Order: sequence, then structure tokens, then C-alpha cells
Amino acid sequence: MREAHPGLPDFDYVRPASLEEASRFLAENPQSARPFMGGTDTFVRLRDGFWKETRYLVDVKNLDGRAEITFDPRNGLTVGAAVNMNQVVADPQVRAHYPLLAQAAHRVASYQLRTRATLIGNLCNASPAGDTLGACLLFGGILRVHGVEGFRDQPLAGFFQGPGRTALQPGDIATSIRFPLPVPGSVGHYEKLGRNVLSDLAIVGVTALGHPDSSTASGHRFHLALASVGPVPVILRDLLTQAPLTPEALDEAAGRAMEACHPIDDVRGSARYRKFMVRNLSRRALNRVWEGLQSGHCCE
Amino acid sequence: MAHHRISVTVNGSVESVDVPSNMTLLTMLREKLGLTGTKNGCTAGECGACTVFLNDEPVNSCLVLAVECDGAEVRTVESLARKGKLDPVQQSVIDHNAVQCGFCTPGVLISARALLDRNPDPSEEEIRDALVGNLCRCTGYVRILDAVKDAAQVGAASETGGSR
Repeated sequence: MREAHPGLPDFDYVRPASLEEASRFLAENPQSARPFMGGTDTFVRLRDGFWKETRYLVDVKNLDGRAEITFDPRNGLTVGAAVNMNQVVADPQVRAHYPLLAQAAHRVASYQLRTRATLIGNLCNASPAGDTLGACLLFGGILRVHGVEGFRDQPLAGFFQGPGRTALQPGDIATSIRFPLPVPGSVGHYEKLGRNVLSDLAIVGVTALGHPDSSTASGHRFHLALASVGPVPVILRDLLTQAPLTPEALDEAAGRAMEACHPIDDVRGSARYRKFMVRNLSRRALNRVWEGLQSGHCCE
Repeated sequence: MAHHRISVTVNGSVESVDVPSNMTLLTMLREKLGLTGTKNGCTAGECGACTVFLNDEPVNSCLVLAVECDGAEVRTVESLARKGKLDPVQQSVIDHNAVQCGFCTPGVLISARALLDRNPDPSEEEIRDALVGNLCRCTGYVRILDAVKDAAQVGAASETGGSR
């Protein structure tokens, strides 16, 4: 029987002095060493008996001063790996230019958990239920990764390969993520269904982003990212471009989202329930974005 | 397993503690320093009973390694009362009978104090949002919300400058 208060299994805590040292150590111990940032997923997984082969936890959050958020009007937003979720939520530049990202980060768990949880950690954990994955994907996030060969850029497109699996190789450490400037006039919205109104893992999460586009018949372009309904986030791009926007058109787009996903039954919800919820939440999210586009305000 | 000698300031006192790699901040507080006000609930960052201040921000101490706290400042529920005078949040929780078994109370008090330190005049929605990570299985939440509202209304944070 599972203990009521299981302790953490044995491991050695390793704090490298540099990124180079950290990457080398991780690459030399691909099975037994694991990098961690805030630890909010790592410690729970270890306690629950996953990752039995882990012998070293490598603390990579305090290397090279990566605790900053910077915004450049030409290049966009950069969020350092050690920036916690509460900092993302509260940052004036994030709220001004990427409010969808602040909204999604705010929906992660609780305030005290967000003190430790990081955006980069949420991405690298690669949970299909991750609240911020959709916003980061729709904003075209590009990870900066340090590996044994040095630095490289890793676009989020193609990054997620399955539950807990990413394009990162042993020795790779994500050090920051950059988001290009959003298309002018962009409006986003995140709809999350959990077992309670706040804080729980997503049974279904729908991220919607829309922006004006004079080249389309509707004058707009919409994108959706669906969480918790597949092994990786499901992305639908370039929706609602063919005809003028009407409530019926938004309903139809929500139906397409439902058809595009293939969820499974699990403890948090059945596949059938999830599909219906994808339709309902997509309809709601698209409508909120449309309202925001009409009023000229970003919705949150 | 490796052990580490860390120096950590807990409730104003500098402590030198020998901790194994896998010891959490929660276990260090309770079992090394005898500060049992901080409770062990779910060990998964969901119930909030283990909430403490780490460098002035609330954290789930079950999800922080003790070794990560080398050089840090930690404050627990034992630090809230000063010179025999309860923190206004503590007094308000008593006045509103917002305690039944009391297991969640230390975490609730830390989250509420953290909220009032960063926002002395929170709306009800902001209070709910700040306490979403603190589960109570006895009283329900209405009395807790009322207690925090009242603590804010008496200007708790500005009178005391928080508990810092």
C-alpha cells in the first residue's frame, strides 16, 4: 500500500558551477541524472515512484543569471528559465504585449506553487495537460537550449513528442524562451476545465488566439491549441478565414476542434466527455477572442 | 547519499543544519528544527498545509529541498505572532471561528499574510485566488474568507508592515 507521506527516494543533489559543467554531467549520466528547476513536477514524480533510475538531481536554475524577463520592441519577449510563474503573471511587459501568456500562467495550480513553478519547467515537463503550452506554441516560442555542443535555438513547433517526451537530448538545458512580437491586434483567451474552478489539472484546456488579417474573407485569422486531449498539444491553425465571421461560423470551427482531437479515458474524464468539452470550450474561447477583436481589447 | 551543511535563517535565527540531499524544507523544519507548526498534508503541493515563506514568498515546503535553502530566509507560522501579540490575520481567524481541526490553519495564515503583504486591500476574488492552494476539510471556506477580509479591513498589513 502507498505510504500516506512517502519521502523522496535517495539521490544526490548536484549544483554545477556553470552551464558547461551541468550539460557535461547530464550527458555523462543520461539515465541517472535529471535536471530540475522549481521541482514542482520532479519531486511529485519521484515520490510517486516514477524515475526509479534517478541518482542525481541537477539544479540548473541558478546558472548564468537566468531569472529575468526582457522585452525588446523589435525582437519580442524573452523569459529566463529561472523566472517563476508568478513573475510571468505580474510582469508589466507580459501583461501589455502577451496577456494570454499571463492568463495561462495564472491558471497553473496555486500562488505558492507558482512561486516555484517555471514556464520553462512547464514546457520541458511536456505534460499534455500543461496550461502554458498552448500559449507558448501559438506565440511561436523558441527555446534557447544549452547542450554539450553549446547553444542552439529550438522552436517549440516539433518540440513535444509525447507525454513527458521532448526534443531535448541528454545534456540539454533550456535556458530561456523567446517569443516574437505578436501580430498587431492579437487577442487571446485560455479556457480551462478542471475538477474545480481553480487550481486543478486541466481535463481539457483550450487556448485561442486571433488577429486581424486583411487578406482573408473574414478579415481575421484564428488559431487554437488543445490541451489534455492527446499525447501532445493539438494545434489548429488558420481557422475562420474563408467567410465572414458569424456565430454559426464560430460554432463550426469549435466542431472542427472536437473532430481534430483524439483524447483517451483517464481518471480525470472520459474521452467522449473530453470531446464534447473541447467543442464547448472552443466555442467559448473563440467567442471571447472575437469579442476582444471587435472591442479592440485583449481579453483575459 | 550526499549530505550538505547549509546555513539558513529561520524565523530570524541563523541555523547551521546538516541535511541529506533528499530532505525537504518541510522535513527539515519539523524534524531538524522542531518547528511543527508547519504541517505535512499531501506531500504533493496540493493541500498547502506546509506553506511557509521562502525569501518573502510563500512556497509549498514539501516541494523544496532543504539544500536549496542554503543562504535563504525562511519564515514559518511560528514567526507570525510578535512579542506575544498575534498577527491580525491570526486574531481574525480566531474571531471568526475559522478553525476546526486546525491542520490547514498554519498554511492558510501564511498564504493570507503573503496576500496582505503584497495587496493590503484585496477583493473577495483576490482572496479566493490567493487561498486556492490551501485546502480545508472541516469548516468550509466562508469563515476563512471572512477572516481574511476583516484582517484586511482593519488595515492589518499597513499597521504592522506585515510580519517581516
